Amino acid sequence: MMSVLVDALLLQMGYNATLVAIGAALLGAASGITGTFLFLRKRALVSDAVSHATLPGVCIAFLILVGLGGDGRNLAVLLVGSAISAGLGLWCMNWLTGKTRLAEDAAIGAVLSVFFGFGIVLLTVIQTLGVGRQAGLEGFLLGSTAGMLYSDALVIAAGGAAVLIAILLARRPMTMVAFDPDYAAARGLPVGRIDMLMMGLVMAVTVVGLKIVGLILIVALLIIPPVTARFWTERADQVVILSGVLGAVAAYLGAALSASAPNLPTGPIIVLMSFALFALSLLIAPNRGVLAAVLRHRRFQKRVHLRQGLLALAQDQTIYEPLTLRLLAQSGFARADGVATHAGRRRAAKALRDEMRWDILRRDQAQEAAAALYDGLREIETVLTPDQIAAIDRKIGTPQEV
Amino acid sequence: MQLSLAQQSKQTAEEAAQETSPLAIRGLTVSYGEKPAVFSVDMTVVPGQMTAIIGPNGAGKSTMLKAALGIVTPVSGRVQVFGRPLDHQRGRVAYVPQRASVDWDFPTRVIDVVLMGLYRDLGLLGRIRASHRRIAHDCLDRVGMGEFAGRQIGQLSGGQQQRVFLARALAQGADLYLLDEPFAGVDAATEKAIIGVLKTLRAEGKTVVVVHHDLATVRDYFDNVFLINTRKVAEGPVATAFTAETLQAAYGGRLATAQIDQIASSA
Repeated sequence: MMSVLVDALLLQMGYNATLVAIGAALLGAASGITGTFLFLRKRALVSDAVSHATLPGVCIAFLILVGLGGDGRNLAVLLVGSAISAGLGLWCMNWLTGKTRLAEDAAIGAVLSVFFGFGIVLLTVIQTLGVGRQAGLEGFLLGSTAGMLYSDALVIAAGGAAVLIAILLARRPMTMVAFDPDYAAARGLPVGRIDMLMMGLVMAVTVVGLKIVGLILIVALLIIPPVTARFWTERADQVVILSGVLGAVAAYLGAALSASAPNLPTGPIIVLMSFALFALSLLIAPNRGVLAAVLRHRRFQKRVHLRQGLLALAQDQTIYEPLTLRLLAQSGFARADGVATHAGRRRAAKALRDEMRWDILRRDQAQEAAAALYDGLREIETVLTPDQIAAIDRKIGTPQEV
Repeated sequence: MQLSLAQQSKQTAEEAAQETSPLAIRGLTVSYGEKPAVFSVDMTVVPGQMTAIIGPNGAGKSTMLKAALGIVTPVSGRVQVFGRPLDHQRGRVAYVPQRASVDWDFPTRVIDVVLMGLYRDLGLLGRIRASHRRIAHDCLDRVGMGEFAGRQIGQLSGGQQQRVFLARALAQGADLYLLDEPFAGVDAATEKAIIGVLKTLRAEGKTVVVVHHDLATVRDYFDNVFLINTRKVAEGPVATAFTAETLQAAYGGRLATAQIDQIASSA
């Protein structure tokens, strides 16, 4: 098993598997990059409606081909059919959200289910027609790579390349529209047309990807890579590139894995690979990851408890919270029973004095900006100069005015 | 005969004002659904001065600004910028939208947002050069945000976000600045920084129009006011157009008479 997988990864599994792996990687890159803009524009689910809307087009194109006496499996013609019906679905969605009071989520639901339902009806009719050569049409649902041809791979490569060139040209306006559509419009950018371009590219990727991952799962390749990439960077241009790389890696691994064992469906395996990368990022990403968030919260909690504990020590209050007691003991500020150590008493006195300094500072209207930084944890030395602190200390020293 | 001559000369004077005005709006009606938010509004902005657009919540202040910029399509009306249609003058107009209108968790840094102001110079494929970065850094310095250039925008406070938006507008080097509620919910330091920048722009001969909500600062900050409540209520210099009567007309029962008297008499 292991050696088979290694063979697959190294493209040693024969002609078809190699073709599929390379095609899948190209598709993964194109969909990861395209999907990023969809994700940034917060319209990820539109792609789900678009992909489901391809099915009637595939079926009708097939019926026309067979009706004309041809071979129903001409991929290019089937893809043209799927693009037409996906475009129609997209148009319906835009019309519903633009001309009626329907919200986008409702429009997505309506278009997705109606088009898909119609497609399934056509698919069933084709199967009962008994046209011997219909085999493979169901492959468009979940992808089927078994009989992939060199020409199929070429279609995918050409489509992917066209999408990438379009994105290279339109990335700046698309990013501007995604971040701040009002500002983009005020600068004279045609926001509506840029959105249409973005959806058109999504449609192109979907159509190109039908053969490998199928229309039900292509949405995963559009959405999961950018979401994964977002964990690692705070810059839109880097999200785009990283998302493309992640998409390519997931698709390549998935294709290789499915080739290494009989009866492993390519599309679903690719999606699972993609999910594995997502899960890993969710866990270990340095800033936005779950682990990092937990650690950050723990550190913050520790600072709060230590500060509160020290203030309590300074005012001879009893500390009840076990966590506070434990942290004070760990830091050497108190014994296990809560009695302050020498170091603890010194730090507690400093904490209390800082609170009094803050108190004076926050009453001083001239220091409004500095006072606004008070949050209970902030060290006053980071806000004021030693001279300013000395001035405040002189005020603390003098008796209260009556 | 004489009367009509006087009328004629008055009309041509008005036309001349429109010709030179940085922003001249005629008969503007904007509607969401079938309820006009702005109805048949005329506005002639005075060049080189600061004008506040004032009115109660839902009076159509922001909508008017968005229609003037072509962000929303009006039902009727004509907008001219420096005497020509907006589309010929886009480069001369800078817009500062409401801070709350964007998602601040968007993956971008402060400097990248300001560079969006240079979009026209960069074009589709142009590389971002050191000269572009220098302009962006200068603009950040002008709003007191120079040290935040590399920061992720999500880490900024509300006031800092507002200043970044202003810096993006400055990067355009425009002649007319339209700002939507730049002082809403910002700290005192930010308010001071923003008004300082706006006054500098005015000193440089630029024109500034601000949708404003704080009646108490109108006299300190602005030369002119434009009061709106779906229709235009008053327009002119603060001294003559920002009075107890015009405020009463714009706000109706929403401001207590005592408040109005206090604001109007604090001259």
